Amino acid sequence: MDHADLKSGRLTPDDYARNFADAHPPLNRTQALIEAERCYYCYDAPCQTACPTGIDIPTFIQRVAQDNVRGAAETILKANPLGGMCARVCPTEVLCEQACVRNTNESKPVEIGLLQRFAVEGYFANPGARQLFERGQPTGKRVAVVGAGPAGLAAAHGLAWRGHDVALFDAAPKLGGLNEYGLATYKVAGGFAQQEIDWLLSIGGITPKLNCRLGRDITLDGLLAEYDAVFLGLGLAGVNALGIAEPDLPGLRNAVDFIAELRQSAPEIVPVGRKVVVIGGGMTAVDAAVQSRLLGAEQVTMVYRRGPDGLSASTHEQHWAQTNGVTIRCWARPLGVEAQGGVLRGMRFAATSLDGGKLVDTGEQFFLEADLVLRAIGQSFVAEPIGSAIALQGGRIKTDEDGQTSLARVWAGGDCRYGGRDLTVEAVEHGKRAAVSIDRALGLTTARHLDKEAAHG
Amino acid sequence: MADLSTNFLGIKSPNPFWLASAPPTDKEINVRRAFEAGWGGVVWKTLGEDPPVVNVNGPRYATLFSQDRRVIGFNNIELISDRPLQTNLDEIRSVKRDFPDRAMIVSLMVPVTEDSWKAILERVADTGADGVELNFGCPHGMSERGMGSAVGQVPEYIQQVTEWCKKHTRMPVIVKLTPNITDVRFPARAAHAGGADAVSLINTVNSVMGVDLDRMIMSPHTDGLGSHGGYCGPAVKPIALNMVAEIARDPSTADLPISGIGGITTWRDAAEFIAMGCGTVQVCTAAMVYGFKIVQDLCSGLSNFMDDKGYRTLADFQGRAVPTVKNWNQLNLNHVEKAVIDQDSCIQCGRCHVVCEDTSHQAIFATKDGQRHFHVNEAECVGCNLCVSICPVPGTISMRALQPGETDARTGRVIDGSYANWTTHPNNPMRTSCA
Repeated sequence: MDHADLKSGRLTPDDYARNFADAHPPLNRTQALIEAERCYYCYDAPCQTACPTGIDIPTFIQRVAQDNVRGAAETILKANPLGGMCARVCPTEVLCEQACVRNTNESKPVEIGLLQRFAVEGYFANPGARQLFERGQPTGKRVAVVGAGPAGLAAAHGLAWRGHDVALFDAAPKLGGLNEYGLATYKVAGGFAQQEIDWLLSIGGITPKLNCRLGRDITLDGLLAEYDAVFLGLGLAGVNALGIAEPDLPGLRNAVDFIAELRQSAPEIVPVGRKVVVIGGGMTAVDAAVQSRLLGAEQVTMVYRRGPDGLSASTHEQHWAQTNGVTIRCWARPLGVEAQGGVLRGMRFAATSLDGGKLVDTGEQFFLEADLVLRAIGQSFVAEPIGSAIALQGGRIKTDEDGQTSLARVWAGGDCRYGGRDLTVEAVEHGKRAAVSIDRALGLTTARHLDKEAAHG
Repeated sequence: MADLSTNFLGIKSPNPFWLASAPPTDKEINVRRAFEAGWGGVVWKTLGEDPPVVNVNGPRYATLFSQDRRVIGFNNIELISDRPLQTNLDEIRSVKRDFPDRAMIVSLMVPVTEDSWKAILERVADTGADGVELNFGCPHGMSERGMGSAVGQVPEYIQQVTEWCKKHTRMPVIVKLTPNITDVRFPARAAHAGGADAVSLINTVNSVMGVDLDRMIMSPHTDGLGSHGGYCGPAVKPIALNMVAEIARDPSTADLPISGIGGITTWRDAAEFIAMGCGTVQVCTAAMVYGFKIVQDLCSGLSNFMDDKGYRTLADFQGRAVPTVKNWNQLNLNHVEKAVIDQDSCIQCGRCHVVCEDTSHQAIFATKDGQRHFHVNEAECVGCNLCVSICPVPGTISMRALQPGETDARTGRVIDGSYANWTTHPNNPMRTSCA
């Protein structure tokens, strides 16, 4: 029996270098100064209101325009310590840039994301001698942050800045969570995720504890015994199953694993099929589908069970996928994996339609040949590691506005928290707000913090 | 098609655009290129006595940029022509011979002695040039030697030198004025009294363009030391337009022809100077920023404007705006305007609100029924025009004049359509009584 056409090294080294370089090149200084001049410096700016972390966008852009990159970065990072990553991955077209008043007459908002990237990366490249944020006097309080993704990193930074000692646990061998493992390589070219984390840790008071998995190496009870408070930024560890028989085949894998492998290895050694099918319609599906093309796959099809309106990938992301040669096929659900002799051959689908608001099969079926099928129909929160002591809602952790869970001394944020939109920038806001709430709960006088916050920035 | 030709002091040119005395008119090669591109005339870069002056061999220019690097202001420390006098005279003769239909004016600057002026005027007349412009304006370098603006700042000197020139040449004499004075009417009157055929203004404004903050050295500098230069470009246009207006409306100089200079960059700028009384306009910075071809755009725009408005010749609108320039005490204090924000084109940036709130009269509301919405509170609006000035969308905020019978919500007064100015206002301790 012959093998599926699943292999690495389909392209030349130059192709790989080009395909996995920065998808959207940064602005140079000239471009940034001109673009910054487009900002109207609005009163009570709609872009700032639209930013989940509330970055004072007109201020940072004014500072870019005045060639004050450090001042611009300070404005951004004060509101969002992961402002560099957010500048690269935020769906700005539905957040700040959608709110820009320039849209009204020009349909061309100020390039806020690119300007933010210019400011943060310009500052990282030339940080100067003095720390941007100085850590407060040590309080002697100890907080465990579990999960070093965007929420956990933001919480750790906010807590360390307020003088608390933070132990930052993660099951993976590197910090960063989705920033390090879950984003397409071309979005975070140049080792940016770790560069940003290095800056974030430079505030001091944060001790990384890697390869520590909650429920295996550490327990919530153990952490509560040892630490004054716990922040859970656990993310979504489970990958949703397709709901059909899923035989154990080399060509059938999770899109998140494929993306993570690409982030942790040279693209030359990541195998891809000649024909690839990605099941799902979100950002993860797009990242996997586009990167399959960039690895040299000839045909890549994203299959989504509902209509185009239901795709959770933004319009911008959909266009990006199509520009890169990905076919987006809506109204189809997987029926079965087809394999011969342990080799994946493709997938059968049932065409679907809406009938009175209910998704039904039309009776039509079709077959897509594939050497690689990637599952990307969503991820889910795995609750086992936290035990039963914390109340859930909709399968995720229930919290108040500040992220406090039903269990005393435990906060949660990011994708594991109920009620969010699964955005990086939102996870950062969760972590940031939880840090404030934890600090208050630790019983230190608010006056100290108010003074410091006034002086900060 | 509109007729752009001018006859200024009997000097004819096919359009009103002359290149001002400056680096673009320093040499035959430049002036030939200018005439080939379509310039109506040139004022040849200022000639002086031999031996020629020397210039610095470092930066002579510096620039004030907008954020997108457009030139807003420009300064220079270049002196008058640094070439031998005879070289310039030979070239002037050569160019004038080949371009007889263009205006050839020669700028002059020699020491304040009658013999010096007499001698150079005779040599210039011999070239076939159409007229001379007396450079009483250069604010840098030459002024340290008692020439340029050092003359232009003393009305008695202006009159004296002008008289000498009128005595020793039959060519029309244009006196170029410096803006580095307190009241431009005095030098203009002196030129008039001396017999000047016209004035041209403004020359450049004293300026230091900036400081190099890394080295703590002013800029531009030569080997670490700098000197103030002459400032020009779009930024000086309002200063120039005011000075032109002052001379045009001064009864004692109202009949004095004016060649307008100062930041003219577009046809619109030129039309404004002409409407303010100028017979020709002179351009330098725009040519130094864009090259000589810009004259074609200036002519095209001016011609289309005149066609649109039904002006056949420049004379049809020359000076038309002068009667509208008055002393403040003549303004109608009974006239009331209120800002109006067009909600259809408002983009909701809110700048009008914040600037009115912070720096003016708290007359623009930011919300309506709890929603973001910017609208005018007529009970506070004084009609100051700040919101119009800063609104990024042209036409979105306008000023509406209250009509007779309407009530000013701020003062409660009913508009009666009458005219009354400060001279009769009850708050004026010096008021004149009304009949």
